[in-house]
Amino acid sequence: MTDRADITTLDYTRARELLEKKEITCSELVDKYFQRVNVSQLNGFITVFENSAREQAAQIDEKLKNGQAGRLAGMVLAVKDLIAMEGKKTTCGSNILSDYISPFDATVVQKLRAQDVIFLGKTNMDEFAMGSSNENSHYGPVKNPHNPECVPGGSSGGSAAVVADNLCIASLGSDTGGSIRQPASFCGVLGCKPTYGRVSRYGLVAYASSLDQIGPITKSVPDLSVLLEAICGHDTKDSTSADQAVPRFSDYLNRDVKGLRIGLPHEYFTDGLDADVAEKIQKVIDFLEQSGAKIIKLSLPHTEYAVATYYVIATAEASSNLARYDGARYGRRAESTSALEEMYVKSRTEGFGSEVKRRIMLGTYVLSAGYYDAYYRKAQKVRTLIKQDFDRAFQDVDCLLTPTSPTTAFKIGEKADDPLKMYLSDIYTVSLNLAGLPGVVVPVGKDGTGLPVGVQFIGPAFEESILIQIADFIEREFEQ
Amino acid sequence: MNYEPVIGLEVHIQLLTKSKIFCTCSTQFGAEQNTQVCPVCLGMPGVLPVLNEKVVEYAIKLALATNCKINHHSVFARKNYFYPDLPKGYQISQFEEPFCENGYISILQEDIDKKIGLTRIHFEEDAGKSMHSEHYVGSDETLVDVNRCGVPLLEIVSEPDIRSPQEAYSYLVKLRQIVRYLGICDGNMEEGSLRCDANISVRPAGETRLGVKTELKNMNSFKSVEKALEYEINRQISTLKDNEEIVQQTLLWDADRNVAEPMRSKEDSHDYRYFPDPDLVPVIVDDEWIDRVKAEMPELAGEKIKRFVNNYGLPEYDAQVLTEDIAVADYFEAAAAGVKDKKTASNWVMGEVLRVVKESSGGVKKLNVTPAFLADIINMIEEDMINTKIAKNVFEKCLQTGKNPRDIVKQEGMQQISDDSEIETLIEKVIQESPNEVLAFKAGKTKILGFFVGQIMKATQGKANPKTVNQILMKKLNEYRG
Repeated sequence: MTDRADITTLDYTRARELLEKKEITCSELVDKYFQRVNVSQLNGFITVFENSAREQAAQIDEKLKNGQAGRLAGMVLAVKDLIAMEGKKTTCGSNILSDYISPFDATVVQKLRAQDVIFLGKTNMDEFAMGSSNENSHYGPVKNPHNPECVPGGSSGGSAAVVADNLCIASLGSDTGGSIRQPASFCGVLGCKPTYGRVSRYGLVAYASSLDQIGPITKSVPDLSVLLEAICGHDTKDSTSADQAVPRFSDYLNRDVKGLRIGLPHEYFTDGLDADVAEKIQKVIDFLEQSGAKIIKLSLPHTEYAVATYYVIATAEASSNLARYDGARYGRRAESTSALEEMYVKSRTEGFGSEVKRRIMLGTYVLSAGYYDAYYRKAQKVRTLIKQDFDRAFQDVDCLLTPTSPTTAFKIGEKADDPLKMYLSDIYTVSLNLAGLPGVVVPVGKDGTGLPVGVQFIGPAFEESILIQIADFIEREFEQ
Repeated sequence: MNYEPVIGLEVHIQLLTKSKIFCTCSTQFGAEQNTQVCPVCLGMPGVLPVLNEKVVEYAIKLALATNCKINHHSVFARKNYFYPDLPKGYQISQFEEPFCENGYISILQEDIDKKIGLTRIHFEEDAGKSMHSEHYVGSDETLVDVNRCGVPLLEIVSEPDIRSPQEAYSYLVKLRQIVRYLGICDGNMEEGSLRCDANISVRPAGETRLGVKTELKNMNSFKSVEKALEYEINRQISTLKDNEEIVQQTLLWDADRNVAEPMRSKEDSHDYRYFPDPDLVPVIVDDEWIDRVKAEMPELAGEKIKRFVNNYGLPEYDAQVLTEDIAVADYFEAAAAGVKDKKTASNWVMGEVLRVVKESSGGVKKLNVTPAFLADIINMIEEDMINTKIAKNVFEKCLQTGKNPRDIVKQEGMQQISDDSEIETLIEKVIQESPNEVLAFKAGKTKILGFFVGQIMKATQGKANPKTVNQILMKKLNEYRG
């Protein structure tokens, strides 16, 4: 018999076993989660669906009884608050959408609903996914479960923190420059940014359309594989979604790494890397080598331009993507304005936080007449060079291994006044988004202060399966 | 000094696809405000556009009909600006890589073909409609109807090859004819399904450099375009003659007052910050697709004229007139199919039918006199059942009532009287009652024959067969010995 007080710590794979054995029920599971959610001090959720989650749980318990339950029955999921859910608030962590209720479901939500996922709530995040610390939320910062004085990372800080603190089984985040991987690393959970085009973006509120991808955050690699498989696939509602067959990712569990060629790009192991983090990563490298993997040192020469390139392209797209929040049709409109321009200016001034304004201004600038060639066009060229770096690397290796972030979680407020310093903490994550490649982050232990360290694996396009294979192998060794 | 105007036109045409360019909403004109909308065309958070392939097919048709080079790879771009009828805060259009380029349209100027170059044709989504002055809009309000948002447009940009307002007019007529023949746009400028802006400058005759241009907007008919251009040419020339400089600006045509006035400069100073739309993939059009559309291309006006001359034996002039409007050409062909003498059918269509169409508003398709009915009328003349004059009456009655012409003739007793003895009796009566006119005829005043014919037609309410009347009348008058 299982210790019933502990069921919130289970991953989905284990919880489903107990559900099938009738040792627990979905209602019980949801109950236990709400007991924790309702006293949680992390500020991980913006909205919780106490009523609808309990209703769903009761219905799915019926289905389980009748043997008609979907593939993800009992998966109690939190969703980053920029993924649209019909009839629910979708705030994007912003004041300007604080009352906005979506009239439709995102494609991923539709897919998961069809497989009997239970939706627990919407998670806190940096406003419009712009940030690396979750301090840029209109709803206040999220705290790191491993140390409440530290940030959980961002922008999917809420999604990572609520999984790490057992407030749900798993969550969905979105990753534009590291927004799933960095918080997963900071919070000690699994995170995957799929290949660009792998997961439909329909219903994902756009920050930077050519970089955004939805991905899973979980407590185990088996969970990562089932959740990933459930959300992948071509969608006719998203022109940029790829018409590629989705493998059974769980087929790649329980394998070894013998003969796998793993690349170490030396640009990712330079001065800025924290010694504690470097040591943990080295342990992983040694372990893989001992286990029969071939470690190959290589170079991604354009890495130093990645952060600058990212902040030109992402802000350019954002400046246009966020133009629709003008107070005219939905969202927050400033009161007592009489002229059109005044309505626009006041609504946007009151509605957006300072980081969002900063990025809109940056993006507007780089697209302006006379500056376009020097910034936006140049950035697109560098983006191609960065992509070619990876193409060349993958001729010699099956995947790449890198740190996720130069440091472990930093203190709340530590970098808040220094945007450049904050932007540079994305240095190991942004290149993948620019190249459209998949990445998985696996927790591999803690630093001297007890904060988690995550290792990042980068694969060729549409080769998430190899990342699952390695992550699973690592997880089995490094599980605390 | 003589000045030469240099004009380029930017024409937007609304495509007749059933659904919008990036979502499945209906494009039906005239629906209740804000009912043909969905999250996608409303720009709700999280939505994405998906291109309607029919729009590409229509663009291929227009590209082929205007001799453009189709780019196998073209790219959507965002044109960024804030306006309440633009839900996303940007309009999806094309910028650096348009759909097709380097075409031309031939227009007939003083009996000579002149080619007007086309710089490019590109895709665009329409914006919504802002209502300022409708009766239901308050004085301090603007209402927005987003039904039109996302209706597919093609923008056709001409080279500055146009040299007079008349040429601009001919170019528009020709372009409208092409899009109507292709069935991709109804070409109605008054309803806004075809819109035209003009760029215009003037320069001393013989000068090769371009002068400073202005842009003319807000012209709601072909005639307005012509008038606005005339106005602006005169204004620019007199400005130059006064030794003043032309200011580059946008002018709005006021059709009520016949003047063009500058737009507020603020609205004129946009930096649209065009960049490729990351939500859409490039439009890839291969030769196979082009060939498929080519195979389904409808016959265009030039080919139709040749066929009308060759197959129906019509004079070139008739073929020109009949093919100006494809609906009229179709009407003619349907009517001609049912009659032996094609030229007679042509005469009827060019005469009665076009007269009626010009007077009515519904167009040839809504005419009560269907092509089959017109064929009936022509055939009844052929069969000597009615004469041409009565036929025009039958046409008129059919036009009013929509009844079958053969029934009209039967029910109203309009059949021609060809019975010799009946006509002879009538003629004898008229001759007896008109001794003075007979004398005049005898004295050589042959023109008076018309008087007798008129009397007989009057007596028969026009139903007498004029040929029979003439024959018998001549015979009787010659026999007459007072």
